Amino acid sequence: MSSITASRVLAPVGTAGKLFAFGLDVARGLFKRPFQMREFLQQAWFIASVTIIPTALVAIPFGAVIALQVGGLIKQFGAQSFTGSAAVLAVVREAGPIATSLLIAGAAGSAIAADLGARKIREELDAMMVLGIDPIQRLVVPRVLACMLVAFFLNGLVSVVGVAGGYVFNVVLQDGTPGAYLASFTALAQLPDLWQGMVKALVFGLIAAVVACYKGMNAAGGPKGVGDAVNESVVISFMLLFVVNFVMSAIYIQLVPPKTG
Amino acid sequence: MGVEIKVDNLSKSFGKQLIWGDVSLTIPAGEVSVMLGPSGTGKSVFLKALIGLLKPDTGSILIEGTDIASCSEKDLYAIRKLFGVLFQDGAMFGSMNLFDNVAFPLREHTKKTESQIRDVVMEKMDLVGLIGAEDKLPGEISGGMRKRAGLARALVLDPEILLIDEPDSGLDPVRTSFINQLFIDLNAQIDATFLIVTHDINTARTVPDNIGLLYHKHLAMFGPREMLLSSEEPVVRQFLNAQTVGPIGMSEEKDADELEAEKDLDMPPLPPIPLQLEPSNGIPRRSQREPGGWCRDNGVTPPPGSFDHKMSMTTGG
Repeated sequence: MSSITASRVLAPVGTAGKLFAFGLDVARGLFKRPFQMREFLQQAWFIASVTIIPTALVAIPFGAVIALQVGGLIKQFGAQSFTGSAAVLAVVREAGPIATSLLIAGAAGSAIAADLGARKIREELDAMMVLGIDPIQRLVVPRVLACMLVAFFLNGLVSVVGVAGGYVFNVVLQDGTPGAYLASFTALAQLPDLWQGMVKALVFGLIAAVVACYKGMNAAGGPKGVGDAVNESVVISFMLLFVVNFVMSAIYIQLVPPKTG
Repeated sequence: MGVEIKVDNLSKSFGKQLIWGDVSLTIPAGEVSVMLGPSGTGKSVFLKALIGLLKPDTGSILIEGTDIASCSEKDLYAIRKLFGVLFQDGAMFGSMNLFDNVAFPLREHTKKTESQIRDVVMEKMDLVGLIGAEDKLPGEISGGMRKRAGLARALVLDPEILLIDEPDSGLDPVRTSFINQLFIDLNAQIDATFLIVTHDINTARTVPDNIGLLYHKHLAMFGPREMLLSSEEPVVRQFLNAQTVGPIGMSEEKDADELEAEKDLDMPPLPPIPLQLEPSNGIPRRSQREPGGWCRDNGVTPPPGSFDHKMSMTTGG
């Protein structure tokens, strides 16, 4: 009895371990030649095509909402001239990577998990292994790299669109002045903010792709198994992304002193 | 020239459920062997263990001195180049057309030019009768065509060992006969070791040199075709002659009551042993044995009417 309970309790630990081991396999596959350039470009193009428009459409209201909320609050403090700083803190540091990662995990991750899951249950992956080709090197590594690349650029897109959206809302709807917005922006923003946003985007892209590939390649039990794999991959990567985001933000705040003056 | 597969004391379980245990057999080089067994006895699992897709719990699988069950990932990928595998549904890559599917192993593993690849691919496509379908996607063709395309892909690297999972599932009897004839012709041509997993009795009775029977979590018997077809062993006899009387029940094994009820029923007499399929060009295969040879050497009287040229195809009584 106790052993059954123990095995149930420990099951998630086992899954986490397998996921980590899979991540290590991918890391090893990174250095195996020949690099699958064609697959990488195709995947990068595919991921970009399914994420660019939703990301831009999410980024505009995101920047606007932050401008509205923080703008209202800051007005009560009588510090309208600092609304611009809210944009940098919220959008560049947090919202950019998070919106990016949600779209990478939701749009690209689910597509990857579904694709690999379907290949798994059609025995395509087995066939590939039997033909002497490692699916991790051939399929997973290009997808992971493509996800990281696209996440990196999407993060830039979200930052630009989000800050621009915040600017428009602040200036047009909240009667802020363009000068005050830009001045407060540069007063608090520093280059490391941008770097940490980029690093976050890369890490999030990595996590989302590894989870999606792992779940897809371990799909079992027919077509329903593919659906389950997609579902689990999205849920797991969302949870992981938020935890990792918290940790990385905490580390960043410790490492980089806030800009003063 | 074909390679021998030596399986020793192999067991595999999923969780607490034993799939099969203590399986030991040697699949002779260059011969055609069939692995039979009732549905759900882990025939496909056995096949996957042979290619190293599933790690067995105990035992060893020796191929050219490498133990598939315990070798490194790198050795495994190297040894797999000896294999051609035909999966149940063909396992074609859905995103590529048939030509690219068949060309895939050549492009990955050889330095052939595109025109050389084209020649090899077209030759194999011709062999399986798929000329004209090379631009189709796997989703656009029937199951039988996918299976034949899978066979073409399995053959493209001139394998030493050909593993075939249920070649007859989803094929009509005529196509099944054609594909069986194709296996015999291929064996004559390339001398590879063939292992066919099936539960089609007709295939099992007429195609192979050797038959194995997996039943009730173990290997019931493995040996020359004539040995199993003339065997009095109840399980072998029941299965190879497709009868209801015998130890195999609807749910794997019959219980005591059912066995008691048919205690007085005699097993029907063994049907005659049919002739083995011969290569269509009439030149005997290297591993081919003379009809009735095994029975004579071992002092077994084959059932009356065996090896008669007039009855080449009969299924059980």
